[in-house]
Amino acid sequence: MSRLNVVLALVLVVCALAVIQAQHRSRTYFVELERLKKEARALEEQWGKLQLEQSTWANPARVDTFARTQLGLVPPAQERIRVETGRVEPWGGTP
Amino acid sequence: MNFHTRKLLKLNLAPWRMATVGGLLLSGLLVVAGRAFYLQGLNTDYLQGKGDAVANRNLTLPAHRGQVADRHGQLLAISTPVESLWARSAELELTGEQRAHLARVLDMPARELSSRLDRKSRSEFSVRRPVTPEQAARITAMGVPGLHLRREFRRYYPAGEVAAHVVGFTNVDDLGQEGVERAYQDWLAGREGERQIMRDRRGNTIRDLAPIKTAQMGGNLALALDLKIQYLAHRELAAAIATHKAKGGSVVVLDAKTGEILALANQPIFNPNNRRDYDPNSMRNRAVIDTFEPGSTVKPFVAAAVLERGLFHPDSIIDTPQTWLVGNKLVRDEHPHPQMTVSEIIQKSSNVGAVKMAMTLTPQQHWEVLHRAGFGQMPGSGFPGESAGRLRDASIWRPVEQATMAYGYGLSVSLLQLTRAYMAFANDGEVMPLSFLKREPQEIVGERVFSPAVAREVRAMMELVTQEGGTGTRTRVPGYRVAGKTGTAHKLVNGRYASDCYLSSFVGMAPASNPRLIIGVVIDEPSGGVYYGGSVAGPVFAQVMAGSLRQLGLPPDAPETATKMTQNTPPLLARAGGGL
Repeated sequence: MSRLNVVLALVLVVCALAVIQAQHRSRTYFVELERLKKEARALEEQWGKLQLEQSTWANPARVDTFARTQLGLVPPAQERIRVETGRVEPWGGTP
Repeated sequence: MNFHTRKLLKLNLAPWRMATVGGLLLSGLLVVAGRAFYLQGLNTDYLQGKGDAVANRNLTLPAHRGQVADRHGQLLAISTPVESLWARSAELELTGEQRAHLARVLDMPARELSSRLDRKSRSEFSVRRPVTPEQAARITAMGVPGLHLRREFRRYYPAGEVAAHVVGFTNVDDLGQEGVERAYQDWLAGREGERQIMRDRRGNTIRDLAPIKTAQMGGNLALALDLKIQYLAHRELAAAIATHKAKGGSVVVLDAKTGEILALANQPIFNPNNRRDYDPNSMRNRAVIDTFEPGSTVKPFVAAAVLERGLFHPDSIIDTPQTWLVGNKLVRDEHPHPQMTVSEIIQKSSNVGAVKMAMTLTPQQHWEVLHRAGFGQMPGSGFPGESAGRLRDASIWRPVEQATMAYGYGLSVSLLQLTRAYMAFANDGEVMPLSFLKREPQEIVGERVFSPAVAREVRAMMELVTQEGGTGTRTRVPGYRVAGKTGTAHKLVNGRYASDCYLSSFVGMAPASNPRLIIGVVIDEPSGGVYYGGSVAGPVFAQVMAGSLRQLGLPPDAPETATKMTQNTPPLLARAGGGL
């Protein structure tokens, strides 16, 4: 009888240690999870800011002025546009 | 030895000493018990609260407002977190020097700052929203008790004023005030979540105390708008307003097949990113909210009504004297022709011809056609404050009124409504419901207004408008067939039609063989000497149409001869570029 008690006491001690260890691991993982969540939020915010920046750069008004003034681009005149209809047509204009 | 019996060792204490010591010990015990009872029993809530305040936290999980993008995913509105400065009046302690420093950091007059800080009406209030990251850092460095920074979301509109009237804007509390932001407030708004946590000494979260209420992010919206077409419409309209020194104007671009609003631009404009100086006049979405008397742009509906009832054919000849008397009203044509066909009446926009056609209808029949086309009814775009225009009941029409209604007076429409009505001609008689949101073609059910045959006949008449002898020759788009109708209406000023105030309009569609786009243009009070719809609104139409057709990559449908003709006229070519 007393031997069984000793064994049970030992099992109890082992269990208690396991509980402590599990608790500790759960806390470390939880902290890690929190850190990653925070990081995810920060990244999401950054993504939003980058999207905002991208759309500011890609604003048609800005692209238009940039193309006209910096790059010297102009829309093609009508006689320089050739429409491909699938059949061969004589070409009259200057390419 | 028996100690008990030794007399010397016999305890010889005075009873009062026992009582004193016992009493002291007892009272000490009572004090401790009382204190314990006080702490545990009476004061427990307060202390527990203090304890929890150190370790437990209630966190609000922020939820941002959804994004608004155009049909190709280009951003029109997005929320980004920013810091804002708040103060708690109970804890606020500021020395005069700190005040001055804070005013410098915030770049705010010291007096304004003081008046803000000294309002004690609320326990917590905002001092400045938002502050820049640099300002935030300097304020934190000051370490003033009672001042703290809060994270909030701020709405940005990357397209700025270009799409401002459609997208609208939100107020500082993130509530939609105008436009799509207001119409879809419930969908766009996020719902904040909540979570209770326990923290350790170092501020790490150790565990959740209650189930997390997750934050619901606001839904994103894809608008029907095409930002490139929108920009084109905005640019051309602004240029025309400047050239003709007009008070305002609007452009609406519709997809004729789906009823989607591809672009909607107004002048004057406002910048939704700068909320300082708001001018209600420039914030109004004129194309949807303002109504005007449409003038000649209603004539195609009269033509459709008489064709539908078999009263005339497109080639029926009608005598059109220069003036025609209805009741006591003299109807007048400015460019008279003694005889015209129905097609020519539309082409040359003859008032007399339109009136003579309309008078063959009963008021009820006339009303019914306009009603079916959506006049006097909500256009159903879902835009906040959209107007239904005005179309009075046929039973109270007098003959004079029916006559003026044939050339567009005595009824009013919004530009969006008018452009929508033209969908009946563009889409072989079927009007699709309007939408500010992008949608799939299969989910749309249209409403039949005219038979396909009548719609095509009227469209052919409207194509003559843009050809030699028509009122809209400046609306041509090289390479494409264009159909449309000009309108030049006198404005009502103080209850009278002013002889020198005009509304110039043009509504047209292309490619005319199978229209894909409908564009409505209206220019309010052009005062540069030119005022005919074909000359003021027409070129705006042509520019926006040319650019939009190119944008959508639609194949040209004009016969080669027509293209050749435009090729030989260099001045037109210089203006041919729609840009972008």
